[in-house]
Amino acid sequence: MIRVVLPYHLRNLARVDGEVQLDVGGAVTLLSVLDALEARYPVLRGTIRDHGTLRRRPFVRYFACKEDLSLEPPETKLPEAIVSGAEPFLIVGAMAGG
Amino acid sequence: MSKVRVLVGTKKGAFILTSDGKRAQWEVNGPHFAGWEMYHLKGSPADPNRIYASQTSGWFGQIIQRSDDGGKTWQPPGSSADELKGPDGTPKGESNKFVYEGNVGTHKWYDGTQHPWEFKRIWHLEPSLTEPDTVYAGAEDAAIFKSVDGGKTWKELSGLRGAKGHLWQPGAGGMAVHTILLDPKNPNRMFIAISAAGAFRTEDGGKTWKPVNRGLKSQYELPDPDAEVGHCVHRIAMHPSRPDVLFMQKHWDVMRTDNAGEQWREVSGNLPTDFGFPIDVHAHEPETIYVVPIKNDSEHFPPDGKLRVYRSRTGGNEWEALTKGLPQKDCYVNVLRDAMAVDTLQPCGVYFGTSGGQVYHSADGGDSWNPIVRDLPGVLSVEAQTLP
Repeated sequence: MIRVVLPYHLRNLARVDGEVQLDVGGAVTLLSVLDALEARYPVLRGTIRDHGTLRRRPFVRYFACKEDLSLEPPETKLPEAIVSGAEPFLIVGAMAGG
Repeated sequence: MSKVRVLVGTKKGAFILTSDGKRAQWEVNGPHFAGWEMYHLKGSPADPNRIYASQTSGWFGQIIQRSDDGGKTWQPPGSSADELKGPDGTPKGESNKFVYEGNVGTHKWYDGTQHPWEFKRIWHLEPSLTEPDTVYAGAEDAAIFKSVDGGKTWKELSGLRGAKGHLWQPGAGGMAVHTILLDPKNPNRMFIAISAAGAFRTEDGGKTWKPVNRGLKSQYELPDPDAEVGHCVHRIAMHPSRPDVLFMQKHWDVMRTDNAGEQWREVSGNLPTDFGFPIDVHAHEPETIYVVPIKNDSEHFPPDGKLRVYRSRTGGNEWEALTKGLPQKDCYVNVLRDAMAVDTLQPCGVYFGTSGGQVYHSADGGDSWNPIVRDLPGVLSVEAQTLP
């Protein structure tokens, strides 16, 4: 199972506590994890990626195993520790600064 | 006895204020959607317990929320437990899918180039006067969307962009459809207003639109003060008994039209300044209107630190300051365009919210004012529902 940590506001929107666990068939990529997440929680569609273009929203970041994968292409395979469930995949609201 | 429910959108959540018809004691409920910008909430006139809300975030974009029980519980339309059990297993999650129709085209950009339309957020929701499942949404970049399934899906009324949309240019506050007025006597007629573009009217239910800005003058904002589009209309208001008569608070100038926008005339009269954002009409007196003047376009606060609502009982030109109960020194708040409303009780109640988080109300048509709450986040919108 893939473990996904959502930011506070999206946990509230999806009405989940703590981590989300997803069963992702086939290759575990940024695209397949996000597709599986939105299929399980349709209310999140449009909040992480734009409707239609599926482009990452500017102030959302993707972290995995201490790496920022936000700028990687959607087909990027996630690290083995994410695939095995040893580490969670983090979806993060970018710092506001100030 | 009748009741009043006041829907307040703020920069950090929504609040619902309720009272009986005396409007002396208030219950404050919230925050709903804590931490999100709540641009606007509005109830359906056909089913007052059906409330639509625009929830937005610089991080996570647009969410539409709906309540069917007067604001006790909420859900994005199309995501209820019942809908999850539908034949295809899961809902589509399209209640926040606002996609411009067809060949989107471009509008003018700050540097003079043409720029494609980009959806940013919903500023205003206007439920149908007769159908609880029908609701209109005013968007930035300027567009109007319509839902006929209770907000589950949205379709743009793209003819609006045909009203010289290529000439519209955002101001510093963005380029949004912030006002939608439905004609209660003619279901095919609507008026909308767009910041830095002007007022527009449709006579065919939103298929085609025409600019209705004749008589507006913007000598400090536009190279041609009498341009057909480009005027920064801040708000327009209508009394339901006279849909041909509209009142407007423009960037500068308070205006009125008696022929559905074909010709406007200035009615600023003796106002201390004619710059402001909101304007509203008394529920029972179509010639009684309210504005909140602020100092100027560079100083968005009341003149002399005195928060004064101005009332005209003559449809403009002759104005009186309403001050009883409002701070008359050291007050430097603003009142935004969607943050004033009236109820339909006798006497008429008037409400407004401030950038400082106060929501004031008057239960006597503006003669005296009291704060319902003083310390909310900055108020973006106020709507009043009169309930049986």
